[in-house]
Amino acid sequence: MTTSLVLGAVAYDPKVVTIWDGFRTWFRGQGFAFDYVLYSHYERQVTDLLAGRIDAAWNSPLAWVRSRRLAEARGEQVRAVAMRDTDCDLTSVVVVRADSSLTSPTGLSGRTLATGAVDSPQATLLPLEQLRTAGHLRDVRVLRFDIGTGLHGDHIGGERAAVEALMAGKADAACLSDTNLLTFSREGLMPSGAVRVIAQTDPYDHCNMTAGPSADPAAVEAFTRLLLAMDYADAEVRPLLDLEGLKEWRPGRLQGYTALERAVSTSGFYDERGRVTAADYRP
Amino acid sequence: MASTTNEDASRLPTIDLENLGLDVGGHLLVQHALLNRPPGTRLAVRGRHPALAVHLRAWCRANGHGFDMAGPLPVIVNGSSDESRRHGAERAGSALPGQVVERADRRWGLAARGALVEPGGPALSVDWVDRDLVWADVAPRLYAQAAAGQWDPATAVDWDTRVELPAAVEDAVVQVMTYLVENEQAALVLPARLLSRLHPHFREVMQLLAVQVADEARHMEVFTRRALLNRTELGVSGAGGRTSLQTLLDEPDFTLASFLLSVLGEGSFVDLLRFLHRHAPDSVTADVTRLAARDEARHVAFGVAHTAHAVERDPAFLTRLRTAVERRHAALVDTAGLNQHVFDALVLIAAGSWQPAAIERGWKKVQQLQQAMDEGRRRRLAFIGFPEDEAAALAALHTKNFM
Ligand SMILES: [Fe+2]
Ligand SMILES: [Fe+2]
Repeated sequence: MTTSLVLGAVAYDPKVVTIWDGFRTWFRGQGFAFDYVLYSHYERQVTDLLAGRIDAAWNSPLAWVRSRRLAEARGEQVRAVAMRDTDCDLTSVVVVRADSSLTSPTGLSGRTLATGAVDSPQATLLPLEQLRTAGHLRDVRVLRFDIGTGLHGDHIGGERAAVEALMAGKADAACLSDTNLLTFSREGLMPSGAVRVIAQTDPYDHCNMTAGPSADPAAVEAFTRLLLAMDYADAEVRPLLDLEGLKEWRPGRLQGYTALERAVSTSGFYDERGRVTAADYRP
Repeated sequence: MASTTNEDASRLPTIDLENLGLDVGGHLLVQHALLNRPPGTRLAVRGRHPALAVHLRAWCRANGHGFDMAGPLPVIVNGSSDESRRHGAERAGSALPGQVVERADRRWGLAARGALVEPGGPALSVDWVDRDLVWADVAPRLYAQAAAGQWDPATAVDWDTRVELPAAVEDAVVQVMTYLVENEQAALVLPARLLSRLHPHFREVMQLLAVQVADEARHMEVFTRRALLNRTELGVSGAGGRTSLQTLLDEPDFTLASFLLSVLGEGSFVDLLRFLHRHAPDSVTADVTRLAARDEARHVAFGVAHTAHAVERDPAFLTRLRTAVERRHAALVDTAGLNQHVFDALVLIAAGSWQPAAIERGWKKVQQLQQAMDEGRRRRLAFIGFPEDEAAALAALHTKNFM
């Protein structure tokens, strides 16, 4: 009997259809009955994963945290079975304009700090958590850009808006990922040398492929094995890997989610049982 | 990336970016330093850009390299994605001029001939990939001639000359020009179709056909302009002539289309243009027919050279060529052939006046033109490889519409 698996993915961009259509063709070519369902935001994907309507989910780090909490609250288990090479060891930074008097996060008190969307791990939750823990968030006015809410920061718009606010003088500092620091400098949104990094988070991990509690273990194992076997030297999958932004799939690991778990709890985004508790979050 | 300490960074190969940031091109130096180093090679990066380590982390992740930020200098661990990307790459033939392969690979896509083709792109949807079905060794030279021989319709003809002809002669010129333009349109559409179905590996043939299309565009322009020099209306378009041209457009095969259009059609057309040039009643008519005839001779040269090439590689091709002529003849046997208006106009142009003796001279000259056309077709058919008797028989089956 052939095993089959249905994956959930969030359609944060039209290319998601191209990516998963392509992967579906590839999986089926390997004799694996794979299909996918698209969601408009992560929260429904997570509840469907826990309800067993999908077998696995291509989860944001925040969706992983919620999946884990929901599962454990019911005595069930979800597993992070794979992640992209590009999901490992990210950092986020706090930047100021080059001419700013700020040289370290200690001076943020009384100033305005621009962030991404309420549900962005990289541009909101993680940098704020690190500043809060170090005591640098007192009397800081947070100017949040809720763009693409429910996409957990996959939409680049929030970070872009935060940087625009910084460059326009509407904020004194801005939070963004190291990836976008490089991207925005290259694009000229903030010309090279126009900003200065005053803080950097510890490394953290990003998305993972989460297996749901009711998924057939054999199917999950076959799916994972095929993911890890995707070879960048294979001209058929390479364009899909390029679109999805990876060179290789790696086994999932949990070490990079500690800071986000803490951020979710202290900010009250989800409660310990995985319920959405953030007051101003409407995906 | 596992962060082992890199206390020995001082002994690693090191690149110094000085002030250069990765956001303004620093990655070029890093890539250059990693070039041809095996995966796993460690490279330390020195530099004074304040965000160097942050940028490096993001750049390494995005490009499949590992990194180690634990020591005094950031260290890149060379990944294998560049090597993987080149895996299975192949050369799209040779880059040297005029060197073509026997069969071009559709998977090369739009890659330049001789480029190193990364696999995985879309395959070309083209029909002609076999050298011997499209090629002629003279193509590169003909293309160079074609490119050098382009003329500007605005300046190559003296449009300001006063042209004052007897009304009937002017009418005859307008009628002939009307006929020439519709032939030019067929001669433009056909190579345009051929080149869109050709593998670009046969670059010189594609370029030559492209210039041929441009030639015909100019011919359409100058013939139209001559027709409207003293008139506001064109002459008659005969149904038989258009039927004849349509059978050319309906020919789907490259070699057969090239043979019917260029060897037989444009070959006869050159004779017609030279005839018109010789008997032109005014300097504008003389100029436009001379300029067009020069281009047409080149179109004929490629058609003849290519058809001869195809026959040389496969003598059985002669049968296919013969069948094509016979098929076209059968399709046109019930049509009128050359429009009577055009024929009469040619007689009058050659006569130059309504004098009965002049008309008789004109009539004979048009007879001689048709003989010259027939003779030319026989010569070209013989050159391609037909025995004399067969060449004569096939030449006689050619459309009465000339093209
Ligand atoms: Fe022409
Ligand atoms: Fe022509």
